[in-house]
Amino acid sequence: MSIRRTIFVLCAAIASALPSVAQAQEKLPVVATFSILSDFVKNIGGDRVSVTTLVGPNGDIHVYQPSPADAKKLANARIVFVNGFKLEGWMDRLVKASGTKASVIVATKGIKPREMADDDDAKGGQAHEHAGVDPHAWQSIANARVYVANIRDALVAADPGGKETYEKNTADYLAKLAAVETEVKDGIAKIPAARRRIITTHDAFGYFGAAYGFEFIAPQGVSTETEASAQDVAKIIRQIRAQKIPAVFLENVSDPRLVQRIADETGAKIGGTIYSDALSAEGGPASTYIDMMRHNIRQLAAALTS
Amino acid sequence: MYDFLISPFVEFEFMRRALVGAFALALGGAPVGVFLMLRRMSLTGDAMAHAILPGAAVGFLVSGLDLFAMTVGGIVAGFTVALGAGLVARLTELKEDASLAAFYLISLALGVLIVSLKGSNIDLLHVLFGSVLALDDATLVLIAAIATISLLTLAILWRPLVLECVDPNFLRSVSGAGAPTHLAFLALMVLNLVGAFHGLGTLLAVGLMMLPAAAARFWARDLTAMIVIAVAVAVVSGVVGLLVSYHLGAAAGPAIILVAGVLYAVSLVLGPVGGLRRHLVPGRHLEA
Repeated sequence: MSIRRTIFVLCAAIASALPSVAQAQEKLPVVATFSILSDFVKNIGGDRVSVTTLVGPNGDIHVYQPSPADAKKLANARIVFVNGFKLEGWMDRLVKASGTKASVIVATKGIKPREMADDDDAKGGQAHEHAGVDPHAWQSIANARVYVANIRDALVAADPGGKETYEKNTADYLAKLAAVETEVKDGIAKIPAARRRIITTHDAFGYFGAAYGFEFIAPQGVSTETEASAQDVAKIIRQIRAQKIPAVFLENVSDPRLVQRIADETGAKIGGTIYSDALSAEGGPASTYIDMMRHNIRQLAAALTS
Repeated sequence: MYDFLISPFVEFEFMRRALVGAFALALGGAPVGVFLMLRRMSLTGDAMAHAILPGAAVGFLVSGLDLFAMTVGGIVAGFTVALGAGLVARLTELKEDASLAAFYLISLALGVLIVSLKGSNIDLLHVLFGSVLALDDATLVLIAAIATISLLTLAILWRPLVLECVDPNFLRSVSGAGAPTHLAFLALMVLNLVGAFHGLGTLLAVGLMMLPAAAARFWARDLTAMIVIAVAVAVVSGVVGLLVSYHLGAAAGPAIILVAGVLYAVSLVLGPVGGLRRHLVPGRHLEA
């Protein structure tokens, strides 16, 4: 892995040394680290910004390896939006290597991070780089509002001429978010309280669970980088049996094999695929943040109310 | 004692599957490892694991997490590299290690290039890391089939293979079986690595092949005994590694290989054949 990193840094240095082309575009060039963040920026920026995404649809941001092309994208950008909470562990080095002058905006600024309930240190020695903070803040719509406000402020600061547009877009988008939030709460309300509990592949739904009263249990920690131990798997199987957890769900970014095994072994049904860390490709069931939240709650409701 | 050793396997099917998988990998891989070691090709396995990865990655890109596509891709890439390197070594002045290095580096670079052309949004190394805890029926059958093929092939090729290890020139002078034997053996190695990477991931696949072989070297001079001991070491590593993962919460794959590593270290110190013991406890001088 270290060799790959070295190669990457070298290439990044070369790429950034090349003269950046097409600097003088009409649209404000910005970069967002992953598809969900990029969707927020597109909604607020509208036609005035052109958004480049580093980790695209269905990509796993936890284990992403940046390429020289990414460094070049950064070099051309005016603003770089990152999630923060140590989700993008590779970002600092990438920003340095690219030599970009863009301002780096942390979209989670102002959100109270959810501490990981580290009930045991069973997640292996890796003690994942998140240092106990759950980065998946966007899974709660209340937090999405903070993302949106941070993005609006950054865009207005970089492009004061578009202030009105950005504020109007933000207001429109907040209205849409409110509609989805109602839908999510209604969906949860339909599920009997005792059944509000499922298994997913990695621990990405902490904020969702805390905001809407739902329990998610996952063999992998908050990063997909960790490897589950036999003890973790055994614990989850016992828990499913003891608490009669009705369904397990797959995620679009994770290796489905382990959860499939758990489902086979416990007789819990596989409820479908929910979207955690990345949107689906264009035309898929969750190609925007709003579609993602709607898709997830429908999947949950369909599997758990029946 | 029962709770500690047996009940994890009784209670959980995934533990039984992991155990069966580890046994199959031990039966197929450890004998191949012994031959690799005797032929001074211990590092070849590692090189081949890297050569397989791109083939499996291409299989993954074409049809997702599909056992068949990934296996075929891995086997094709592995065979190409193994046979190509073997042929170059036989037909030219270049030695086997150099030609293998050349081939596997080309294969690896090609694989990485294909992956990045397709879009680098999934870390393939990560996805391709199989988990011994998540073996499904098809993967188990594949690993078991590979173990069976390995054992049968080794039984058939036993004599020429042993001759090739100890005196390849003699074999060449008395029969033309040298080249086919060598190539068949390389093919076996590729098969075992492909099987093991489903269970343990590419990097660790080599571990269950080489560490038991290296440990067995310290216990026996006789080849048959060495292979039996190597298989035993690999089997014990599988069982103990899974139990360690179960009771202490360590990741399963590394736990298995680390147990094999501990057994190797113990053999290194205590083994009666050519280990450290003869330095620590000088024996009597042999007298005529």
